[in-house]
Amino acid sequence: MSFGIVATLGKLAAWLTVLLATAPIMLWVERRGSALIQDRRGPNRVGPLGLFQGLADAVKFLFKEDIVPAGADRPLYLLAPILALVPALTTFVVIPFGPVVEVGGRAVNLIVAGVDTGVLLLLALASLGVYSLVMAGYSSNNKYSLLGAVRASAQMISYELALTLSVVAVLIPVGSFRLDEVVAAQQGTWFGFVPQWNVAPQIVGFIVFLVAAFAETNRLPFDLPEAESELVAGYHTEYSSMKFALFFMGEYMSMATLSALAATLYFGGWHLPGIDYSGPWAWVALKGLTVLVAKIAVFMLFFVWVRWSFPRFRFDQLMRLGWKVLLPLAIFNLVAIAALTVAGVL
Amino acid sequence: MESYLPILVFCVIAAGFLVVSLLAARLLRHRGSGRTSREPYECGNEAESFAHDHRFSIRYYLIAVLFVIFDVETIFLFPWAVMFDKLALFGFIEMVVFLFILIVGYVYVWNRGALNWA
Repeated sequence: MSFGIVATLGKLAAWLTVLLATAPIMLWVERRGSALIQDRRGPNRVGPLGLFQGLADAVKFLFKEDIVPAGADRPLYLLAPILALVPALTTFVVIPFGPVVEVGGRAVNLIVAGVDTGVLLLLALASLGVYSLVMAGYSSNNKYSLLGAVRASAQMISYELALTLSVVAVLIPVGSFRLDEVVAAQQGTWFGFVPQWNVAPQIVGFIVFLVAAFAETNRLPFDLPEAESELVAGYHTEYSSMKFALFFMGEYMSMATLSALAATLYFGGWHLPGIDYSGPWAWVALKGLTVLVAKIAVFMLFFVWVRWSFPRFRFDQLMRLGWKVLLPLAIFNLVAIAALTVAGVL
Repeated sequence: MESYLPILVFCVIAAGFLVVSLLAARLLRHRGSGRTSREPYECGNEAESFAHDHRFSIRYYLIAVLFVIFDVETIFLFPWAVMFDKLALFGFIEMVVFLFILIVGYVYVWNRGALNWA
């Protein structure tokens, strides 16, 4: 095998290890976190502090009976959970997790696919997620599922506009779709210790991005597609066993995708001032990956914190916020950033 | 195109992992359910109608049409943003004109009440 293939497979393996560990860890964090906020104990029987709860749940999912409702569209019913997870996992190929390192005399860029379309590809893949929800709701032959799917599609496409516009604003001063160049543009410091992260000049865009990210991932306070008090479980009401588990993982994966995108666009990605990114390549790669995963973890914790702190919006409030507040705000931010760039401030 | 190959590889690996886990569940899982548990869940009583017999609000359709219009405009902004340093002031003015036309349409849609849900 050639050197390039080995390097690429190595980078793929690094990401897959991190991503596949995310779901069981987040399951524990979410349940212990909700218990903490609600003054309960949470899962504490499987392993120390209930840490192995995720493994126990995975085993349980494997042995559960699989029910396909009568009248369901079987191919679509099977395809939906797979489509929920594959694009969300694949988005990580364009997220850089370290600088260009030298391995045995050859330069290796620590990004799985260093393509020029970078962030555009990521947004395209992330927006495929809505198809899986629509397929799941349509194929289940269940009224709650169908309503959940219709709501999910309306909500996700509405907030996608604001999300995309806030991302465009980040790209203007950088002048590239490549996320490694976005990271490179944020490596300086102000006054020697304040990192030059995009979050400072792009604060309006970041807030728009963050709110839209909650809607895109169907998390509280925007979890209307699976509002349990009215729609039972929304689009995955009929799903059971491993297929349900895949939807479950898919939700955490899309949270991880948007967290990684937020960390890379607004918080310097794998780079942290004060850390020395020189030395053996494996050590550099490990440092880059650790910093990035730490930043992703902060966002994921924020998702959990918000979920257990806020009540759910009504659907008309959700649509009003998306179309009448976030969209104008995102356009305003875009024009302001463009003007500042023309004036030479950014 | 070679740099795009890892994306396909990642897709195949991810899909392969999911198919393996679904197959494992198929081999291991508990079987043997009666007819009633295959009915679509509604409330516990027998369902009166199928999901596809029902209609839902036209507003969802309207939102989808509006999305298509605005999303095409957004896609148009991407190449502009990346070429911004070369287009400089000319590009900025052009885009302000473009956005102005977009905003006129947006204000029209708002005034017609298409963005009101209730």
